[in-house]
Amino acid sequence: MNKKHNDEIENQMKLANESLPERERALFADERPSTVEAFNKYYEGFLNWARSRSLWMLAFGTGCGATELRPLMTSRYDMSRYGIAPRPTPRQASVFVIGGYASIKTIKRIVRSYEQMQGPKYVIALGSCTINGGMYFDSYNTINRLDYYIPVDVYIAGCMPRPEALIAGFNRLKEKIRAGECEGMNLYVEKFDWYKENQKQIIKDWNMPDYNW
Amino acid sequence: MEQLIKKINGMIRLRAYKKQRESLHFFTVEEAQLEMILSHLKNYEGFTHLAFLQAVDFIEDGKFQLTYMLYNYETKMNIGVLTLIDREEAETASIHKLWAHAWQYQREIHEMYGIDFPGSPRVKESFVLEGWEEMPPMRRDFDTKEYSERTFYQRPGRSTNDPAEYMKEKLYRNYPQSPAIRRDDE
Amino acid sequence: MSIWLKVLYAAISVSVATVYGLTLGGIVRKIYARVHGRFGPPVWQPFLDIIQTHSRRVAVSHGNMFLLGPVFRLAGGLGTYLFIPVIFGSALFSNFSMAGDLLLVMYFVFFGQLGMALGAGQGGHPYSPLGIARGLAQMSTFEVPFSLAVISVAIQYNSLNITSIVAAQQGSFLNWTLFTNPLAVVAAMISLLGMNMHSPFSIVLAPQEIPIGPPIEMNSSFLGILQTNRGLFAAAKLVLFMNLFFGGATNLLEMVAKTFFIYMFSVFVGAAYPRFRPEQSFRFFLKWPTIAGILSIIFIAYFGGTS
Repeated sequence: MNKKHNDEIENQMKLANESLPERERALFADERPSTVEAFNKYYEGFLNWARSRSLWMLAFGTGCGATELRPLMTSRYDMSRYGIAPRPTPRQASVFVIGGYASIKTIKRIVRSYEQMQGPKYVIALGSCTINGGMYFDSYNTINRLDYYIPVDVYIAGCMPRPEALIAGFNRLKEKIRAGECEGMNLYVEKFDWYKENQKQIIKDWNMPDYNW
Repeated sequence: MEQLIKKINGMIRLRAYKKQRESLHFFTVEEAQLEMILSHLKNYEGFTHLAFLQAVDFIEDGKFQLTYMLYNYETKMNIGVLTLIDREEAETASIHKLWAHAWQYQREIHEMYGIDFPGSPRVKESFVLEGWEEMPPMRRDFDTKEYSERTFYQRPGRSTNDPAEYMKEKLYRNYPQSPAIRRDDE
Repeated sequence: MSIWLKVLYAAISVSVATVYGLTLGGIVRKIYARVHGRFGPPVWQPFLDIIQTHSRRVAVSHGNMFLLGPVFRLAGGLGTYLFIPVIFGSALFSNFSMAGDLLLVMYFVFFGQLGMALGAGQGGHPYSPLGIARGLAQMSTFEVPFSLAVISVAIQYNSLNITSIVAAQQGSFLNWTLFTNPLAVVAAMISLLGMNMHSPFSIVLAPQEIPIGPPIEMNSSFLGILQTNRGLFAAAKLVLFMNLFFGGATNLLEMVAKTFFIYMFSVFVGAAYPRFRPEQSFRFFLKWPTIAGILSIIFIAYFGGTS
């Protein structure tokens, strides 16, 4: 009796993956993500120090931000001296840089890439478009607030912000990481249903699993 | 070029003709004669390239205007063939048999304006708006601001300035007699 | 000497080699940055990267072979290193050197990449088989001149034991293989360029073309293991080349100096030249270095070695 009850609870906790076809559901994971607690204070402090010194960036060039990210790698601005390195795959990256406006089609890819990153993961939102819509505030196809869809750690305001502003944003992120304030990964898990509801409200053709492992 | 226009005017009656500059001409044709004119221009006059296909919404007249932009590589001439179609029953003949790449333009126009091109391949598939359920967004009776406020979450505290008033106040306050900036077409 | 003492010595030697290899990696990044006119990351950046990858809280695995892939890769690096005597005449750094270890080392150089191919294939990403196909093809081609050079050296010293090869080169620097058998050294040094995967032959890992190549699905600790291995494997290769062609080393300082300059050769070539396409690099390896290797064998077979 008790075991049956537990099974029922477990089944309710599983993700439905309703939008996938019936025969494909078994191929995808239906587990919910779970929170991972930090280690004890001093060890986590050391790890955070190392994480902040070695930021691996996944640059998601959605709009004009892509143009501002490139100069960061060149010799004029040289982000590598801060330990920031570009990484071509979400599996290895730890910082997700959203470069500007995100259309509905893009936010689907953003959510997918964000969920595939291995935590602790940080998000830098670039430009006014991610804060309140910027100049696309009345557009039918671009979102207004990024933090309703994925947790954001640092905003960089401007249209577009210069590479110097980007470096300042990265340094602010480092300070936050060292202070242990960047728990976006756990926040996403805690408010998982809320984020999913917001995402599904605008992504009408949700043809992927509910959580992309 | 004048000869060509005269020749076409002899074939059919052009509804309107405008010379934008030496290498860019526009004329409007009847919807029924569009395909004939396009294939004539492609096969006999050397306008082998379809540069783009675009739609404009004239909501006041109840019409959509389609622009077929053609280019001649030898004489380096552009011709825009315009046609007006009915806005209520927006449907016109597909030209994907003349230019194979036209299907992509027609798919986009179908999504953005709701104009149907029967027979065009994959015309009903979504182009950039995945899973769009509302009225086609580029129609002018679609209220994009209202839709944005309804769908996306507004961040409070946003203030907007009218650019003309704002610039006048910031830049021209000390020059009350300075002449207004005139546009060319005024 | 008891086996446990030997294991302890080998453990010390492996850690020294790993730290040394990773530091070299940091220096290389600094040099590349200077060539580009940048400041570049600090020299200890590879260590921070390794701590960072190991400190990830979650890791996605794609199955058993995926788990084994990085382990095989590390085993390849360890195997290569453990059978090379690092410092001639030193008990601490002699590792598990024995008669015929040269063949074993040659095998281990290849082994890591094969294990990696098994693991990355299960990741399921289309780019990783592409990277593996290129990596294995390039490896097969640069192994040809390298094997020819090693055969030439084995004929010359009439031995397959690295320790005795080093012993034969002692005395004066004119006894080094570099001067007694220069053609073999030319063939081997060119194949070292391919082995280090620096610029002309970096198509396997090219982040711009096939994002990062074979390890594209590797995350968290898997990637950390691969990075550790990169440091260890680099040190192992350099020590092997130093032993075979540059007279070995009698103390740690000599080892560091010699391997540093051997590595700088491939770094300078890499900083100066753009990247080859796969078919260009395959053709290159099968042309000039292979001819040099064959000529060196003919030369040695006719004029005899030192013994």
